[in-house]
Amino acid sequence: MNNQSLDPRVNRLKLNASGEAVTVQEGENWNVFEVFHQEKRGAHHEHVGCVHAPNAQLALIFAKEQFGRRKKCVNLWVVRSADILAFDAEDEDMFANNGEKTYRDASGFKVMEKINKFKKAAKES
Amino acid sequence: MINTTAINALLTAMADDALIQGHRNSEWTGLGPIMEEDIAFSSMAQDKIGHAWALYKIMQEELQGGDPDQFAFLRNEKDYKCCHFVEHPNGEYDFSLMRHFLFDHAEAIRYELLQQSSFQPLQPLAKKLKGEIKYHTLHANAWVSQLCRAGEESHARMQSALNTCFPLALGLFEPGGEAEEILIAEKVYPGEKAIKEIWLDKIYNILSVAGLNLPAEKDAEPVYGGRKGYHSIYLQPLLEEMGAVFRTDPAAIW
Repeated sequence: MNNQSLDPRVNRLKLNASGEAVTVQEGENWNVFEVFHQEKRGAHHEHVGCVHAPNAQLALIFAKEQFGRRKKCVNLWVVRSADILAFDAEDEDMFANNGEKTYRDASGFKVMEKINKFKKAAKES
Repeated sequence: MINTTAINALLTAMADDALIQGHRNSEWTGLGPIMEEDIAFSSMAQDKIGHAWALYKIMQEELQGGDPDQFAFLRNEKDYKCCHFVEHPNGEYDFSLMRHFLFDHAEAIRYELLQQSSFQPLQPLAKKLKGEIKYHTLHANAWVSQLCRAGEESHARMQSALNTCFPLALGLFEPGGEAEEILIAEKVYPGEKAIKEIWLDKIYNILSVAGLNLPAEKDAEPVYGGRKGYHSIYLQPLLEEMGAVFRTDPAAIW
């Protein structure tokens, strides 16, 4: 069976059909790094995508050309995807009732009446 | 008034180095080792061609030179002043990366010194390119340090690439004779030898941290000739390919 992949990193793993466990050597598998883009100084860093790299420094260097070469950019962050803590997909149910709790929406407060009353009073005085 | 012939020689050498190095590096487009690196290397190749264009433009506007496109694509081989280092075929990625490392550090030093050039038009250009070249050297340093730590074969390949590149890279600093003396006296730039000394210090520090041995300069036979128009066998075929589209209709407007 021909297991040749277009990705040399996969070929180097010497995967075979027998299903034996594969030992991955240090540095053999690159990490995925999430990239965060900052458009101007003081602004939030926004997530824009990811890059493959052997270490954080090269991830930053790749990120600069992948994500920082067209629109305005003053800085980038990279974070190893594996270092990000997230909920499991099955815990999505924790957020299920959000839609019903509309009283938590800021839009739920009715204040225009009070504002208009205040404005009117200010005009008259 | 600065000697026009002398300044032309310097700018042509710098621009031709950048053009040919940019063209060679662009040959990796689509063939890079991984997608991210392919994009980064191609983008820097484009930057190099941009540097060449900016220098040709200065020659046109300040020194009665010809149209940059015509000058870049239609000269005879003998009129190009690039060094042999940039003419050599890409070979494997170790050679290309090492060339990129050695070339860009030399370029970074050259442009930094040109920020104080008495030839005024070079000052704003040198300042403008500073950030771009800083990225190029950062990229080169990161790869050199990564590959020198990536196992025996990787380290051996990098050392071998350095040994091959070093005498060629010394051609970047080929003495410019009388013209160079004039430029030094006129404070256009401090001369090739001065740039080379700073370069040797700079690369020595980075290479030794990476565990590579910089060959001794006294044992290396510098590959000269390019600045006088004597080139390696690799330049002519490159020029034919690089100018093929342009020559189909040199008057075309793009």
